[in-house]
Amino acid sequence: MIIYGTALLAACHLMGLFLGDLLGAAIGVKANVGGVGIAMLMLISLKIYLNGKGWMPKETEAGVGFWGAMYIPVVVAMAANQNVVAALKGGPVALLSAIAAVGACALVIAVLSRSGKDDTAFPPAHSLEFTEEQDI
Amino acid sequence: MLEMLNKILIQNGLVTAFACVGVSIWLAGVLSRRLTFGHVHGSAIAIVIGLALAYFGGSVTHGQKGLADFPLLAGIGLMGGAMFRDFAIVATAFEVQASEARKAGMIGIVSLLLGTLIPFVIGALIARAFGYTDAVSMTTIGAGAVTYIVGPITGAAIGASSDVMALSIATGLIKAIIVMVGTPFAAKFMGLKTPRSAMIFGGLAGTVSGVSAGLAATDRRLVPYGALVATFHTGLGCLLGPSVLYLAVKAIVG
Repeated sequence: MIIYGTALLAACHLMGLFLGDLLGAAIGVKANVGGVGIAMLMLISLKIYLNGKGWMPKETEAGVGFWGAMYIPVVVAMAANQNVVAALKGGPVALLSAIAAVGACALVIAVLSRSGKDDTAFPPAHSLEFTEEQDI
Repeated sequence: MLEMLNKILIQNGLVTAFACVGVSIWLAGVLSRRLTFGHVHGSAIAIVIGLALAYFGGSVTHGQKGLADFPLLAGIGLMGGAMFRDFAIVATAFEVQASEARKAGMIGIVSLLLGTLIPFVIGALIARAFGYTDAVSMTTIGAGAVTYIVGPITGAAIGASSDVMALSIATGLIKAIIVMVGTPFAAKFMGLKTPRSAMIFGGLAGTVSGVSAGLAATDRRLVPYGALVATFHTGLGCLLGPSVLYLAVKAIVG
């Protein structure tokens, strides 16, 4: 049943936000602390547990997968209700932060990928089912 | 006639939003293929369209909520609001294969942590240099430099203002676009040719859309390895942003 997956996702979502609120109260922040992250970790662990038990049929997975695939559309909708007019007043901040962040990260990637031992290689005809279209 | 249609669209706001966002994403896909020949990812163009429409909505209605300030498009506010946003984000955790993730090993974790810390520190410092001196704004803009999801989620959790949130999304978005477009050109410099280097890239470069599009444009085989690590990126950022990183910034700037 597809609703089992969605209900599982909903339970993790609510529980994560609740724990995030509790954590926030515990450390004295008037905010939800990492609720979404906690919910994600719960969902990952539950998926592993249920898969191990064989209690995760395709339909149940689809109940979560649909919402995962809705991620970009929801982000597009989120972008459409931001206060862009106000943001543009601080224009150079966004541009400079982004350029500086990407530049610094590219440097670190260049260093890390050349350091240490790299014994990984591509197996012939590796899983190419992953498509960038999944992202949209 | 027109009034009846108007009434239906307003009464079914969320459904109207689904249709409108669908059309925007389709349009973005067409623009991506026709204008940029797939170099700029459709999702990036869709988000740019969203931000542009938000700018249009904001300048016409003088409201705070972009396009959602039009009564006809109030459903966009619900679809892009906190509830749906967090729900969809949590759902993406399901795409993480724990067995595969283990193969990413230590270097994946190290690059993930660096990929959260480095952009955050740079973003927060630049925000401060431009007069955003309070801990909440610095954290939100710094988190936006991690990814355009971590920014607003962090901002929402610690109570940032809407304009700072938009700024943080803009930062993450510009970063994602630079990663998408720039990766193929910088691939040689970054040593992007093995699964291990793709995983390092996934951890450090951030956004899933940026990483998957950037890697696909470089070498199709790199994509799953990079995206695998990158899917942890938003989760880690959402976990650290409003908690450890916010508290650290608060402790430093007071």
